[in-house]
Amino acid sequence: MIPSLNASTVLVQNLPALQVVLPLFAAPLCLFMRPPRLAWLFALAVAGATFAIAVVLTGTVQQVGAFSYEMGGWAAPWGIEYVIDPLDTLMLCLVTGIALLVLIYAGPSVEAEIPRRLIPQFYVLYLLCLTGLLGMVATGDVFNLFVFLEISSLSSYALVAMGRDPRALTAAYRYLILGSLGATFYVIGIGLLYMMTGTLNMEDLARRLPEVADTRTISVAIAFLAVGLSLKLALFPLHKWLPGAYTHAPSVVTAFLAATATKVAVYVLVRIFFTVLGPIEAFQTLPVAVHETQVVSFLAIVAMLSGSAVAIFQPNLKRLFAYSSIAQIGYMMLGISMVSVTGMTAGLVHMVNHAMMKGVVFMALGAIVLRVGRPRIERLDGIGYRMPVTFAAFLIAALSLIGVPGTVGFISKLYLIKAALADQHWIMAAAVVVSSCLAIIYIWRILEVAYMRSPPADAPKVREAPLVMLVPLCALALANVYFGLDTRYTVGLADSAAEFILNYQPDAGPAFEHPLFDGGAHGQAGETSGQGGGHE
Amino acid sequence: MLETVLGLYNYWIVILLMMAGFYTVIARGNLAKKIIGLNIFQTSVFLLYISMGYVEGGTAPIVDPDGADLYTNPLPSVLILTAIVVGVATTALGLALVVRIRESYGTLEEDEILEIEDRRDGEA
Repeated sequence: MIPSLNASTVLVQNLPALQVVLPLFAAPLCLFMRPPRLAWLFALAVAGATFAIAVVLTGTVQQVGAFSYEMGGWAAPWGIEYVIDPLDTLMLCLVTGIALLVLIYAGPSVEAEIPRRLIPQFYVLYLLCLTGLLGMVATGDVFNLFVFLEISSLSSYALVAMGRDPRALTAAYRYLILGSLGATFYVIGIGLLYMMTGTLNMEDLARRLPEVADTRTISVAIAFLAVGLSLKLALFPLHKWLPGAYTHAPSVVTAFLAATATKVAVYVLVRIFFTVLGPIEAFQTLPVAVHETQVVSFLAIVAMLSGSAVAIFQPNLKRLFAYSSIAQIGYMMLGISMVSVTGMTAGLVHMVNHAMMKGVVFMALGAIVLRVGRPRIERLDGIGYRMPVTFAAFLIAALSLIGVPGTVGFISKLYLIKAALADQHWIMAAAVVVSSCLAIIYIWRILEVAYMRSPPADAPKVREAPLVMLVPLCALALANVYFGLDTRYTVGLADSAAEFILNYQPDAGPAFEHPLFDGGAHGQAGETSGQGGGHE
Repeated sequence: MLETVLGLYNYWIVILLMMAGFYTVIARGNLAKKIIGLNIFQTSVFLLYISMGYVEGGTAPIVDPDGADLYTNPLPSVLILTAIVVGVATTALGLALVVRIRESYGTLEEDEILEIEDRRDGEA
């Protein structure tokens, strides 16, 4: 089926698989690289290659539109299919780009924070986590998605536990318990979908679900999927695992997870609810919380306000920005919950923009951990003059978090408010503004300490962070400004992704019927109840 | 009514196990017992899948030269094989964390660990 054209066409056709398989196979090889620096350079090369693949895939999708890859040559819906569409390319570029920048930065930070003999293992876990995240994005099969979800989750539990503080262990434990519950809820949800449709392929599910949409099994499945995925993406009030995990994980891990893991979980929610369950409008029919506010919008607003408010009182900066992340996830979910193209665009753009902001913030905090020690606010008097470059980058990201014009944060909030006003959601627009004001307070506390106080006379000498950490930090900080001024790529990609996902309709599908259940969806439904209930 | 209770007995077992496991995870203060609860919870999902794939009177899905014509659905079993592997990995990682927590805190009771953590927060 692959036309025997030139080598580059064949390569491009295999890229969806390579995107995921490359870091998967490279990961264990890190174990054989005992010198920490060698393992680092190797992981760096792999991350660079995955980023290059993501860029080529983006170009291909823009030329030819969405395309799929059949794993092992087995045709969907029996085989596992990898589908790359506009939304996927956005996520792939984001995840691989952040992974690459954080890895460049990782070298000195990891050597300082992780025991030397564990460093190769650290890179193994890092690449496995990357594999899981990329797999979740690329796959077109709901059970395959679960497997990648667990690959990325298990490796991130272990990564969090590598923190120096014993509290990293309890944080990782809590993350493991809640993360596994979330993943198991997801499996129950897709199990119930499978029970009614007899398929696990996303497109095939979207095709078959409308026939059985009104059954109670599907309603229960939707509930399990919504709760499980909300746990994974830390939507209020299911966010309890996040602050501890972000605070006590090694700095590199915090930067990587904060910028990618929750974003990919948001992506999975969008993918499941708007493509797989899109034709039956599962998201639009989620219950109403207060007045006519749908439950997700309501939780998103509470997350935005409570996350920002709690952040104000945190003395530990990593914990402070962990709570800020909970608020930012609220922004994303708010945009998505509006179910309009502008709202979805705002949610998706904020996903990308927030990854850039939090990437910079947590990388800067990592540099401070390296030079100062624990990132507590009372130890940072005058740090803005002692580590000028690091803190300049931090300043840009902080302004971006508030939403100052000229930064990416402004773009997200502009689109959010625009979408809210277009549909006359006044409360939502007000919540965005109030939450931003709260962000001004917690950012101001830090800037005041960093720039308006002089370092105490007996303060130890603090050097600027090493160059290899500063380069990715500044690159990402400049990206915050660049994409705040030139929105063609981010908003353009998000807009086409939003357009695609909201108007998603499955293809007519193959003419043949499912091999196991020739009656199609109804036959399968009868069969499952028949095995238990139909003993007569 | 009786049919709902007895006829769907496999689902009742699944629900019972699921709730027992879930309750253990949430209510127990001992970290090792939470892992056990998580295991029971996951096992209930395995049962849900396996019983879903069973076809009344069907035989094992291995091609039979004598020509059996009704097979059970093999796919859920295969999926659960994967899920079991994931469950084992989760349990192993969880127990490894429990061992490390015990080494550094000297206890596995959640409230005592929280107390120690609060004390350290105060000192820091």
